[in-house]
Amino acid sequence: MKLIWALIRRDLTLATRQGGGAGTAIGFFVTVIVLLPLGLGPDQALLQRIAPGALWIALLLSVLLSAERIFQADYEDGSLDAMALGVVPLELVVLAKAMAHWLTTSLPLAVVAPLFGFLINLDPQDILPLWLAMMLGSIFLSLLAALGAAITVALRRGGLLVSLLILPFYVPCLIFGVAASRASELVQPSLLILTALVLASFVLVPVAAAAALRAYLK
Amino acid sequence: MQKFANPARFLKLAETLLPPIWGVTILAFAAGLYMSLVTAPPDYQQGETVRIMFVHVPAAWMALMVYTSMAAASIMAAIFRHPLADMAAKAAAPIGAMFCLLALITGSLWGKPMWGAWWVWDARLTSVFVLLLLYLGYMAVWQAIEDPHRAALIARIVAIAGFINVPIVKFSVDWWNSLHQGASVFRMGGPTIDARMLWPLLIMALAYTLLFVGLLLVAMRSEIAQRKLRQLRLAGIEGR
Repeated sequence: MKLIWALIRRDLTLATRQGGGAGTAIGFFVTVIVLLPLGLGPDQALLQRIAPGALWIALLLSVLLSAERIFQADYEDGSLDAMALGVVPLELVVLAKAMAHWLTTSLPLAVVAPLFGFLINLDPQDILPLWLAMMLGSIFLSLLAALGAAITVALRRGGLLVSLLILPFYVPCLIFGVAASRASELVQPSLLILTALVLASFVLVPVAAAAALRAYLK
Repeated sequence: MQKFANPARFLKLAETLLPPIWGVTILAFAAGLYMSLVTAPPDYQQGETVRIMFVHVPAAWMALMVYTSMAAASIMAAIFRHPLADMAAKAAAPIGAMFCLLALITGSLWGKPMWGAWWVWDARLTSVFVLLLLYLGYMAVWQAIEDPHRAALIARIVAIAGFINVPIVKFSVDWWNSLHQGASVFRMGGPTIDARMLWPLLIMALAYTLLFVGLLLVAMRSEIAQRKLRQLRLAGIEGR
């Protein structure tokens, strides 16, 4: 357990010292949100209707944008080989890396996302459910991003492939995430399904991602 | 199964199987198309457009079946290290993607006169579209990774992970309110479709399945040839 904490702390330190982790992702997020009214026109009623969905899509894209880097640096400088040989099972290394990604990228995005909702006239009633749904859903997003990153770790142009492979898996999270983000009677069941997605990915993703990493480390 | 681990033996088997498979495929398509286009009665509500069903429904079944067999082959490859299983999954992917595309296109041609829209974003249509994306992603993995052994290992994971979508497609019409109709052939309590429509449908499904098997054998044969070629090339480079 101590070693897993060490892994997470290492990634957090790296992210803060290098910079560009959460900051770049949030910058990208804001850019997508700002482009939206420019593309759709400044109709306030329309923007209010699409605001939760738009914020979710911006969240998915921002998380995917940073997904590629989860394992890449460690693979290139050989630390991943050391981790694979270490006492911590590779599955738990994957989990630790995914959690570090969540803490440095997805969670900050989910925290600030409703604030930027004001740019596109988000209904104040929707803020709280949106916040809850995004915090929960972002765990799923980070775990799946880790799977995509593991599958493409040694590829030179892996970024596009990550999007192609992982976006289909994001569909259920998007559907139920948006359903949970509007103040209505759908919030509770959608949150339950989101929780189910998070729990299932918690168990399945580390196994699959570790298998993919082993294929590359061989 | 292990008996066919030898590619030479597999090639021989494919050679003997293919001519009869093609023969029966042509016969089944001829009978199925005749029955579905000529002898099957028009629907009491949909009229003649119901005949799209005989092309659309088997294609959708095949899209699911091919993905299921891809996932099964991937599991086989992971557990038993069967050398042909990865090749079978790889060869099946483009065929399945075509069936999936065919189901989507004929579905939208059918949707326009019946629902008044080429496309609606409901559970069944969306999940089948996701299935197509999964096929494409799987094929992209094989394209992106140069070393075939490594590509096989990664592709297995992608195929098995994507299988989660197959039950979602199948049960999407039961779990959500969908514009798409529910199951009327493979359901508890027997089919609710009339026998004069059921028979042509089943014969068409048989024809599609045979077509898949035939194409799969051809694709696997060319895959084996490609690997041989790659090995010869590598040997040639080393020999120089």
